[in-house]
Amino acid sequence: MSADLAAAAKSASPPGDDKAAISVKDMRKSFGDHEVLKGISLEAHKGDVISILGSSGSGKSTFLRCINLLELPDSGEVRVDGELIRMKQGRDGRQMPADIRQVERVRANLAMVFQSFNLWSHMTVLENLVAAPTHVLKRPRAECLEQAEALLKRVGIWERRNYYPPHMSGGQQQRAAIARALAMNPKVMLFDEPTSALDPELVGEVLRVMRSLAEEGRTMLVVTHEMGFARDVSSQVMFLHKGEVDSLGEPKEMFARPPTQQFKQFIANFNK
Amino acid sequence: MDSNFYLSTIWSVLKALPLTLEIWLFGVAIGLVIASGLTWMRASGYKLGEYFARAYVFVFRGSPLLVQLYLIYFGLSQFDFVRHSPILWPILRDPMYCTILAMALNTAAYSSEIFRGALRAVPVGQIEAAKAFGMPTFTRFRLVTLPIALRLALPAYSTEIILMTKATALASMVTIMEMMGTAQKIQHDTFRPIEVLTCAGVIYLLLNLSIARLFAFVEYLLSPHLRPPPEQSQQIKPVPEVL
Ligand SMILES: Nc1ncnc2c1ncn2[C@@H]1O[C@H](COP(=O)(O)OP(=O)(O)O)[C@@H](O)[C@H]1O
Ligand SMILES: [Mg+2]
Repeated sequence: MSADLAAAAKSASPPGDDKAAISVKDMRKSFGDHEVLKGISLEAHKGDVISILGSSGSGKSTFLRCINLLELPDSGEVRVDGELIRMKQGRDGRQMPADIRQVERVRANLAMVFQSFNLWSHMTVLENLVAAPTHVLKRPRAECLEQAEALLKRVGIWERRNYYPPHMSGGQQQRAAIARALAMNPKVMLFDEPTSALDPELVGEVLRVMRSLAEEGRTMLVVTHEMGFARDVSSQVMFLHKGEVDSLGEPKEMFARPPTQQFKQFIANFNK
Repeated sequence: MDSNFYLSTIWSVLKALPLTLEIWLFGVAIGLVIASGLTWMRASGYKLGEYFARAYVFVFRGSPLLVQLYLIYFGLSQFDFVRHSPILWPILRDPMYCTILAMALNTAAYSSEIFRGALRAVPVGQIEAAKAFGMPTFTRFRLVTLPIALRLALPAYSTEIILMTKATALASMVTIMEMMGTAQKIQHDTFRPIEVLTCAGVIYLLLNLSIARLFAFVEYLLSPHLRPPPEQSQQIKPVPEVL
């Protein structure tokens, strides 16, 4: 990351403000000899929607997965709503969570939406929405059911509430997965290419839901290949290239005047 | 054809059914507990436990159940410490306990392999989703991993359990008068092996048929997600015609 980029990242948040909804500092991750993340930093405030772009293999998924510790980063800091995820040195010399309870608590605030939905296939849609709020947040079941039905209405699949995931289209499954994430009332939502596994005609229904979430002020990190969403909906665009932040900025500005040759090429490929 | 002889034979063999069921039930239940332990050892990532479980499966899956039964019933009583042990001797001198023990140890080896395969086949994405929503390890196991693995294991496990009903016949080799032992006694007394063994065979067949139906029903209850949804299935097959 070049010096002016670092400065730009800093100026996006007021100095001394450690109450960003989420902040990541200098995250690094290697798989064997392959350094996939080479020091990535990011800060999102409440209501920010940050689109993370990059070609396949640039480390986007790994970055999201290191935030909620589905992968263990080699180094770097993650803070959610000001709370630092504490790490310690493991016996093998790699770092690991100091307190797994804290990690679970933080994860509950970071609901994730996966490319392949990952709904629990043996539960109905409604059960999918109720499972984590009742068993992780320990909220009363009746209240969770009521909220779940409301969320399903909102994403437009209430009629399918008693269906099992394999019985629904990809678009419906992904909307159910988004509703499942919303049921946790998360502080930050992580999306990993939520529309990449969908047939083209189903992409729209999922993007509409995501757009409405952005409009109601949800904080979201969205890995996506939907350039329209990145340009029109997000408040910031981060472009990853070979494990580094190649460029970061205001979407309108970024797309109108690509700051780097890499990003220019990247969007040129999409407009072909 | 002497239908009276058939009826009396069937009746005598059926009177031994409770004993057969007892051996089967305890063997399978204790085997399930041991299998769960073995599966846990292999999945836990502790090297020592993993080696033990592998060696166990190698031994008990690799040798005939009858050999295991003889070794337990006739073999272990050769040791003085066994005969003088106040805990071991009451168990190991009793052919019933020995049969149940041999069956349990044997089926545990097969079952733990079935469970291990099922655990590995649980889609990683669904486990990751549970992690990503902050579920602690045990909650994740109880709500996601175990229910999915059970459904995956059920078909193979029901086959194993049916194999076990047939294995109960080996109890007759250590003097137990369960169905097979009873049939053999009638056969010796009457010298009519074909009729007697046919009766026994039919009873085993019906027993296994009921167990298979029972498992099929449990499988049906547990897998609505693998069937077409209600209205769709109505479109595909309106009414089953045979009924
Ligand atoms: N579990 C893993 N083990 C080894 N290499 C991995 C693993 N996960 C990802 N990688 C590698 O890391 C790089 C970045 O992967 P990923 O983060 O999935 O990229 P993206 O999501 O941007 O397509 C790829 O080269 C990929 O092969
Ligand atoms: Mg990816």
